[in-house]
Amino acid sequence: MTYTESMLASIAKVDASRGSRMSTPFRRMTPEERDDVLRRFHPDYIQQAMREIRIGRSQGMRTPLEMADVLEGPAQIDPATFQLGAPDLLCDVLVIGGGGAGASAALLASENGAQVVLATKLRFGDANTMMAQGGIQAADKPDDSPAIHYLDVVGGGHFANSPDLVEALVSDAPLVIRWLEELGVMFDKLPDGAMNTVHGGGTSRKRMHSARDYSGAEIMRVLRDEVRCRSDRIQVLEFNPGVELLADASGRVTGAVLLDLETREYRLVGAKAVVLATGGGGRLHYQGFPTTNHYGATGDGVVLAYRAGAKLAFMHTMQYHPTGAAYPEQILGQLVTEKVRGLGAQVCNLHGEQFVFPLETRDVESAAFIRECVERGNGVATNTGQQGVWLDSPMIDQIHGAGTIEKALPAMVRQFRNFSIDMTRQPILVYPTLHFQNGGVAHAPDGSTGVAGLFVAGEVCGGVHGENRLMGNSLLEITVFGRRAGRSAAAYVQGVELGERTLAHLSAWEQARREAGVSGGRPSPILLPDYTRHVRQVRQDPLIPVG
Amino acid sequence: MTAEKPDNASSILGGQAELIPIYVMGQRVDVPPSLTIMRALEYAGYTLTRGVGCRGGFCGACATVYRLKGKPALYFALACQTVVQPEMYLAQIPFFPYRRADYHLEELQPTAATLYQLYPELLRCLACGTCTKACPQGIDVRAYMAAAMRGDIAAVADISFDCIACGLCSARCPVEETQYNVGLLARRLTGRYLSPVSQHLLDRVQEIGDGKFVAELQLLKSLEKAQLAERYNAREIEA
Repeated sequence: MTYTESMLASIAKVDASRGSRMSTPFRRMTPEERDDVLRRFHPDYIQQAMREIRIGRSQGMRTPLEMADVLEGPAQIDPATFQLGAPDLLCDVLVIGGGGAGASAALLASENGAQVVLATKLRFGDANTMMAQGGIQAADKPDDSPAIHYLDVVGGGHFANSPDLVEALVSDAPLVIRWLEELGVMFDKLPDGAMNTVHGGGTSRKRMHSARDYSGAEIMRVLRDEVRCRSDRIQVLEFNPGVELLADASGRVTGAVLLDLETREYRLVGAKAVVLATGGGGRLHYQGFPTTNHYGATGDGVVLAYRAGAKLAFMHTMQYHPTGAAYPEQILGQLVTEKVRGLGAQVCNLHGEQFVFPLETRDVESAAFIRECVERGNGVATNTGQQGVWLDSPMIDQIHGAGTIEKALPAMVRQFRNFSIDMTRQPILVYPTLHFQNGGVAHAPDGSTGVAGLFVAGEVCGGVHGENRLMGNSLLEITVFGRRAGRSAAAYVQGVELGERTLAHLSAWEQARREAGVSGGRPSPILLPDYTRHVRQVRQDPLIPVG
Repeated sequence: MTAEKPDNASSILGGQAELIPIYVMGQRVDVPPSLTIMRALEYAGYTLTRGVGCRGGFCGACATVYRLKGKPALYFALACQTVVQPEMYLAQIPFFPYRRADYHLEELQPTAATLYQLYPELLRCLACGTCTKACPQGIDVRAYMAAAMRGDIAAVADISFDCIACGLCSARCPVEETQYNVGLLARRLTGRYLSPVSQHLLDRVQEIGDGKFVAELQLLKSLEKAQLAERYNAREIEA
């Protein structure tokens, strides 16, 4: 899987221009230039790839076609025939989702007195959190402040962000770093103890905290271990995704129906409150884009919350990460962390020329890559016809000294080395990839949604990032709002009296579908993407028929 | 980039390359030679729930063991990060029973005694190196187990840092260690107790507790978009 001859010829130009490029950094775009490249090249602006949602409380909101389909889909279970017997499990707080947000919520809910069940689709920790490489933002240096962080966040989000959510995000950020450190997260530090922080796209201060380039993995494995150490208060159910919420006659959430992926049995969990922390939906592959996301990222939580009566926010905006791997084919779309550019790597076209400042916000950077390939014809083509631009990784060792890449980016080096490419010596080819759901379920700073008993945290939410998230604010979001949602849910369940568990909201949903003329569609949440190739007939019934 | 099944690596299915035989738990299937093991399983008709996770080499769900025809060696890999080879004879190990000590980190001390007490089997290590051979991340597991026996917690943390807890080291260990949980404990002890103190972080936590930034944030929250944009575009950027 070494580079093709035409790619090597282009790499020679990148090598040749490196010396002069290093002394002449490319200028940042003006506000007008940013707007122009976004409008003309960012996937969010392609109108035919979007449509209005036809039913529910956010009817009329535009969202990618693939998301609209799952939002409007029929439920997995039929409220008319599904038997709601006694619950299999009872708890105070049910957390659905086993990533960083879910783990944080479970920890804080249990700390605040709740008995918790944490249910997750695959294994505990199988989540986008685990894959987040670059870092987590927090304004904890003397020349930085939560207010400066605030300005970076809202500027990056096109000033559309919810002010109250951003305030919570930036104010809690240093507290969360301290919390994680007390739980044993190993942040990168200088010998004197100062956090070894770098820039991310769109930051005005170096406030990106990292744990090599396993930042998310380090946070996730610590949070997971802490949850497992509290098994007296938190029960973990793996391979049990949520397929529907339960509610009482007045619409207050009272638990959920889970599907055991191993036995194919439904499991009922009665809870006084539910925290949805199911993550995003990259595996819906909007506009056919490859994705950096985890296998289970199918947008489930938005579907569940929406049917239960929650409102959505910013569902028209998805984040395309500028540096997805474009070569080799086997890792197409997988994340190349922004930390590579944070450490100084520039971006070059086919001719070895810079064409964009490397740390524009992600939406602008992505749009600039697409423009360079599509409009200007300066992309590098691979053997499969995939286009890309060069990320000049070898520069990093020239800037910071030999061995920096190996030490700061071990996961990246390993990923490319697995496919016989040495990124310490040769640049790597990148192209935008579907990365993050900027929008999601609308919520308040305490994680509440307006639906009694329903709390949300993490990528399933919308509002804090406005129309574009900055690097390092998702690991921050999941911990800040996971903690808040867990704490709020534990407070809410104190003394709450709930009615009988029903699926009344589902019956209402089916009626709304009928009235709007929506019929058919794949039952949702879809739980897993369909990657299986079948060349023969597939038996649909259980192997041994039930009954 | 669209395809009938829009997986990240879909277009390689359309190639005209000749298929190669691999054996999945003994069953022969013929697959395109450019596929990863994970995509080859899906190509062969499997719908994965076990043995699949992030699909990007970070989660450790897809630990795989294989042999190649005619060779005595046993090989170890992540299914999402490894391209198939002809006559590969493979099985996934999506789960392996492990031992994990229960503890409250805040009650522990970062000493050798803590490691020995929570993982007494640590001292049985034969230093045979089978764990190192089995690690798909290329981590020198034997070296960090040796450091653990010496009580050098920071070294355990450093060497084990890239561990994804796939469990292959433990599955292969002749004396039944759960190496990756020893590494995890050492890293948590290091993060909490052994890393140098970040005074600027403690100061900022104090300032937030004192409400130092509340007024400034209230002001920013009250600004109109145009006023915010003006401030945003005039930001001073740290070099």
